[in-house]
Amino acid sequence: MKILIVAETDGSRVSEKTLPAIAFAQKIAPNDFHILAVGSSLQNLELLTGYGAQTVWVADDPRLAKPLAERYAPVIAHLARQIGADLIASTTTTFSRDTLARAAGLLDAPMLSDITALESLNGTLIARRPIYSANLIGTFEVEGTPVVLTVRGPAWGKPEPKEGASPIQNAELPAEIPTRSEWLSLQGSSGGRPDLTQARVVVSGGRPLKDPQTFEKYIGGLADVLGGAVGATRAAVDAGIAPNELQVGQTGKTVAPELYIAVAISGSVQHLAGMKDSRVIVAINIDPEAPIFQVADYGLVADLYEVVPQLIEELKNARG
Amino acid sequence: MKVLVTVKRVPDPYAKISPNADGTDIAREGLTMAVNPFDEIALEEAIRLKEAGKATEIVAVSIGGAESQEQLRTALAMGADRAILVQTEEPLDPPSIARLLAAIVQREQPQLILMGKQAIDMDDNQVGQMLAAILNLPQATFASKITIEDSTATVERETDNGIETIRVPLPAVITADLRLNEPRYVALTGIVRARTKPLETLTPADLGITPKARVRLKKVEKPPARQAGKRVADVKELVRLLKEEARVI
Repeated sequence: MKILIVAETDGSRVSEKTLPAIAFAQKIAPNDFHILAVGSSLQNLELLTGYGAQTVWVADDPRLAKPLAERYAPVIAHLARQIGADLIASTTTTFSRDTLARAAGLLDAPMLSDITALESLNGTLIARRPIYSANLIGTFEVEGTPVVLTVRGPAWGKPEPKEGASPIQNAELPAEIPTRSEWLSLQGSSGGRPDLTQARVVVSGGRPLKDPQTFEKYIGGLADVLGGAVGATRAAVDAGIAPNELQVGQTGKTVAPELYIAVAISGSVQHLAGMKDSRVIVAINIDPEAPIFQVADYGLVADLYEVVPQLIEELKNARG
Repeated sequence: MKVLVTVKRVPDPYAKISPNADGTDIAREGLTMAVNPFDEIALEEAIRLKEAGKATEIVAVSIGGAESQEQLRTALAMGADRAILVQTEEPLDPPSIARLLAAIVQREQPQLILMGKQAIDMDDNQVGQMLAAILNLPQATFASKITIEDSTATVERETDNGIETIRVPLPAVITADLRLNEPRYVALTGIVRARTKPLETLTPADLGITPKARVRLKKVEKPPARQAGKRVADVKELVRLLKEEARVI
């Protein structure tokens, strides 16, 4: 089985979000996987060359300077056909959902989104993935190849470094790249903190945090002392307390850090769907009946305004 | 401008979903069904475009069994002008749904195709992108704001990295994210009027297509439950346990 991993890029840099997809390829086809990075004057290809890929393909062209699905999908489909890929995969992100599903349409290939397991049984592929907002797990059979996949990052983890660097080669571009879609701008707001889906520690806050300043002081403050990322509930985002891209949950991001600290979060099904695979969960909530305590490894029933500053102090001392 | 909106029949988002007795599907008995919430947002956007004088006609399309007529009637009651049901009992996968929709688009020639970014049952998030690929149309997925001017759409998209803005010429496929708008409630007058609006039923054969799903759901189960842990008395105990027991700090 030959796998083509599509690296996530913003057009100029390769993202670490690609790594779980490489871990997936190492597991399924350790000796027969390729990686494709699409962009213009891509900066950090070395991020992709140390994991045993047969070839790291680079599609480099000024028209590919921004990650537009209309332009990227034909490039991906072209290389997938050329090397005869059986599986085309990326880590599940908005980039891959946008771009790979379009590539699947061009290839007339079936697609499975956000898979957590994959095996081949007598030539039939069998995959598991969350369905119904991660309330259930579905097992699916897929007929024929190629098959397009997005893989759920937390389920596949990090790839193992391998000796020797994979060769980098230029990918041939398709005869036509449609350029009707135009990229205008990106408004991000990570504030120099680690990426939410990649961070080792995530501190999330809920609606009781009142306003953006309070949210930043308590949730941001606690995240910073742990070197972590900041997350939020949908209620906090809807109330304008935290920006959209920090939302953790069914309609937001899925995270599975080593440590997840939920501050003033009741633990709705939709929020749990995005964080319950975290290794250690801490819940701080004033309501002893909050459902979050049913999934938390450590629960502290307390007023956040009292204990979060204490926690910040204790952690500073503990780090010495 | 004619707008085509897709409408999928799914379990009510607040219904409790569990596997059926033999674990081959969900338990469907007594389950309340609804319009997929993301499709409802897409439809609301189409209605607002019509109210703003930018859209002239809204066509709602569903693919599924005869019971999907209920969701199309809801769409008509909200404000769609007419509806098309491609009636089939076959279980379909996203590529086959995209093929059927492509045939409808070729028949109807809309300038804008508005869809939910995903359906809340299978959570695939594929059909809009596949449809755009098949029809060779531009796409703008996960829209949180759409501005239509001079047959182009400027779309703010909710991405993992923040709000991205792109511009696409029409016709195009745009998929709606949660924050695009808040759908209106269906008014009683709308329900009355919906009864007289046209609802056409077609079969895949009418469109010259024999759909066949290559992805099949074989088993449905509950995810492993996480065990509740311990309550700690204070911050000092919490920090000690995180350090010595969990070893995460």
